[in-house]
Amino acid sequence: MSDTRSDVHSETTDTTIDGTDAGLGEAGSQLSTAPVETAMPGSFGGSRAPGAKGWISWTAREVIGWARWFWRQLTSMRVALLLLFLLSLGAIPGSLIPQTGSNAMQVQAFMDAHKVLGPLYDKLGLFHVYSSVWFSAIYILLFVSLIGCIVPRAGQFVGQLRSRPPAAPKRLNRLPAYATWRTDADPEQVREAALKALGRRRFRAHVVKDAVAAEKGFLREAGNLVFHIALVVMLVAFAWGQLFKSEGNKLVVEGDGFSNTLTQYDDFKSGNLFTDDDLVPFSFSLNKFTGTYERNGPNKGTPRTYKADLTYSEGAYGKEKKTTVKVNQPLHIGKSKVYLVNHGYAPTVTVRDGKGKVVFHDAVPLLPLDSNVTSQGAIQVRDGYRNAQGRQEQLGFGAIFVPTFAGEGKGSMFSQFPALDNPVLALNAYHGDLGVNAGVPSNVYQLNTKNLKQFKDTDGSILKARLVPGETMKLPGGYGSITFDKEIKQWAGFQVVQQPGSGWALGGSVAAIFGLAGSLFIQRRRVWVRATTGADGVTVVEMAGLGRNESTKLPVELGDLAALIHDRAPTKTDDPDADPDREPDAVPHVPAAEGAQTK
Amino acid sequence: MTLALATNEHLANLSNTLIYSAMAVYTLAFFAYIAEWLFGSRSKVGRTASALTADAPRKAEAPAVAVKQAGGTAVLERPKVVTRAAAGARDVPDGPGAHGGDEKGDLYGRIAVSLTVLSFLIELGGVVARAASVQRAPWGNMYEFNITFSTVAVGVYLGLLALKKNVRWIGLFLITTVLLDLGLAVTVLYTASDQLVPALHSYWLYIHVSTAIFCGAVLYVGAVSTLAYLFKDSYENKLAGGGKPGRFATSVMERLPASASLDKFAYRVNAAVFPLWTFTIIAGAIWAGDAWGRYWGWDPKETWAFITWVAYACYLHARSTAGWKGRKAAYIALVAFGCYLFNYYGVNLFVGGMHSYAGV
Ligand code: HEM
Repeated sequence: MSDTRSDVHSETTDTTIDGTDAGLGEAGSQLSTAPVETAMPGSFGGSRAPGAKGWISWTAREVIGWARWFWRQLTSMRVALLLLFLLSLGAIPGSLIPQTGSNAMQVQAFMDAHKVLGPLYDKLGLFHVYSSVWFSAIYILLFVSLIGCIVPRAGQFVGQLRSRPPAAPKRLNRLPAYATWRTDADPEQVREAALKALGRRRFRAHVVKDAVAAEKGFLREAGNLVFHIALVVMLVAFAWGQLFKSEGNKLVVEGDGFSNTLTQYDDFKSGNLFTDDDLVPFSFSLNKFTGTYERNGPNKGTPRTYKADLTYSEGAYGKEKKTTVKVNQPLHIGKSKVYLVNHGYAPTVTVRDGKGKVVFHDAVPLLPLDSNVTSQGAIQVRDGYRNAQGRQEQLGFGAIFVPTFAGEGKGSMFSQFPALDNPVLALNAYHGDLGVNAGVPSNVYQLNTKNLKQFKDTDGSILKARLVPGETMKLPGGYGSITFDKEIKQWAGFQVVQQPGSGWALGGSVAAIFGLAGSLFIQRRRVWVRATTGADGVTVVEMAGLGRNESTKLPVELGDLAALIHDRAPTKTDDPDADPDREPDAVPHVPAAEGAQTK
Repeated sequence: MTLALATNEHLANLSNTLIYSAMAVYTLAFFAYIAEWLFGSRSKVGRTASALTADAPRKAEAPAVAVKQAGGTAVLERPKVVTRAAAGARDVPDGPGAHGGDEKGDLYGRIAVSLTVLSFLIELGGVVARAASVQRAPWGNMYEFNITFSTVAVGVYLGLLALKKNVRWIGLFLITTVLLDLGLAVTVLYTASDQLVPALHSYWLYIHVSTAIFCGAVLYVGAVSTLAYLFKDSYENKLAGGGKPGRFATSVMERLPASASLDKFAYRVNAAVFPLWTFTIIAGAIWAGDAWGRYWGWDPKETWAFITWVAYACYLHARSTAGWKGRKAAYIALVAFGCYLFNYYGVNLFVGGMHSYAGV
């Protein structure tokens, strides 16, 4: 064949190694398991026999034909590429448009602000992109494609492992790396030496006719398959985790405890397939919460440490153990993880009735409103209280608490710093019916003032007071008093999460990384060593290497192998062809591929 | 306490001084690179054209011979390996680099590299001083991230040079971006030194962010090579099609490596960090699992890391899909790097999310 420039171009438009080159023959076949793009017509047309039978067989043929066409398309590299592209494109809107899952309030604000766009986005599922129909469709198709790709490739790979490297192509000098020399050793010896050298380098080698054929680097394909299988494992683990996960929140005041049953949670969410029996039995109590904060600089007030000291026990009657939970260090109990998510203050108050009898004494958790832990809540005395007239009644106090008060006369009840530097509790008071006995769940942080009467001062204005620890506010008319005790407790909010399958997800991702490394760093390559007796009776050794991708390592490796074989079959020294002065002419012009020439 | 504060402040000031000094030296390096390119333009090389128009059969046939003789005694050397571009690829030789073979240009190039080494060391000192002043890793906010990122990028470049890779031509481009990056850092993004909020205390953070920065630096080199590949490839196509590129294009392009080399280098760089990028995302997920109670929550930062990852997976796929090799794959690689950049600047500045609470 003529080896002109245009010829070179046309013979290999895209497939570097498809063996179409007459000189290469089968040499490059099966060097990977990438699917070969074959044109498959959809309709097969064909003749249609008359009558119902003909129609049935024609239809069946067509349906199967189309189904196969569709499957081929779906599992082709081209479509995999397209789906990957769509996946990344589809993920974008979810990062730019507020999502219900992470910030429902922002979504509402967006809906309120955009009267036209809002409903449209909602219809398109753009407020929950990652669980929307179209996003799911993309990744499900991608993973069907992936599985459809893995199965045949795995089969092909097993076949390749069993088969032996193909025979040497006719013209070795057309391969990307090539070496030759003439030797006195006879061809048999050269092949023997080649087999040995290649074997020692862990090539799979065998002799076909006048040449040794060898191959190495099957781990590349193995790694690639492991990687793609690991992707499937990760996806399944992720889906599994979503279906069976549970997530509950619980606020615990110092000294109080929690046991892991549904009724104890403040709020609880779970996946579709979760059942209550899936909750891991354990209990813990909060001994102490510690928070420290930056005292100086521009970031004054930002938290420095958050930690909660717990005593916990596994199972229903487990032994008690002590531990510390920090923001980044959840407590692992079986399948459950206990996270520290927030904290606040719980001032202790004592409420006495008109006779001085204590009717309420407890730490009342209040909810933080800002980063300096200005807190708000309600103190509710539900039973045991009798008013001045001796009738049973309930008491309610609206409470605002600041850990660091700005100082008398300096503004309002907003905290200046998150630590307990100058705590002040502001109260107002009600009596009557708290409305908590009706059997409906009520918000413990807020008073339902419908059936409550607010206490008034003697001068008729609303009764309220700012207390420092130890101070007492008297309720007028012999209704008793409320004392802000010296002891101010803290509370910690815990999130208890159970997400099965995360072990599988982690295992899958580790496998994916190793598979990927194998797939990208290992080179699958073939080496041939041909030894023939030339016309003048001298043995000509020719070596050539071919890799899946062009690699700079290939020529280096070929050089090393050639050196090994050369030791056993050295160059014929009195060979006129080996005149060093002729060398430059003999070596064809080659591009200076880095590292290609051995120095 | 106050004493410690004073030393910290002192270190923070020292860090600032070092960063400004590094910028000054980078500027000198920048001019030296410019000089290298200018002097290099004096030499006229036309390797590409001659390679493209030369007789094709020249490269194909003759076998190599392998023995040299010194004096009378035969000194056996290993047989020589002849390489040949894969069928279908152009056999264009690599350009000589920015200096274009000009001696003076080469001298300036060497000076530029030396200055780069110097400013790298100064900047590294600045980053270390900053870390010491805040007593943590220097990536709590965008200012610190920027100075660390540019240091690592220059480090990667110098590392590739030390490995004798043909990357000196990247120098001018790199230093320009580094100066822009630092300029942005000291003006818009500057944040006084400070500690981290508790959610950022985790060794997974150190692993996650350090690999993210390193990956970014390497991907940057890959992206520049890809860009250069696209230009050089157009240039070669034009020549092969009988066109005549302009003088400036010729002068610059002739000094770059061959398009095939650029493409191969870009691929190798991108492929080499892809597993590390995968690991970075997984480390981030583990950290998120510890900090926020879920390992994946489609937070904007997570989403864009994922998009970047999928985009690079696209690129790797395209490289082994018929009809997508070469230019199309290169465009994908550039888009993928764009995703990385957006994840850093775009998400931090415009989008927000849980990751942005360390302050800009
Ligand atoms: C979740 C989607 C997928 C991801 C993230 C992904 C990722 C990757 C990556 C990163 C590589 C590079 C490894 C290398 O170059 O050796 C690769 C290679 C490969 N992928 Fe995928 N892939 C996905 C789906 C698919 C699908 C659906 C197919 C089937 C058509 C497929 C077939 C292949 C093949 C054949 C290779 C090897 C190419 C070669 O040997 O150079 N992949 N994949």
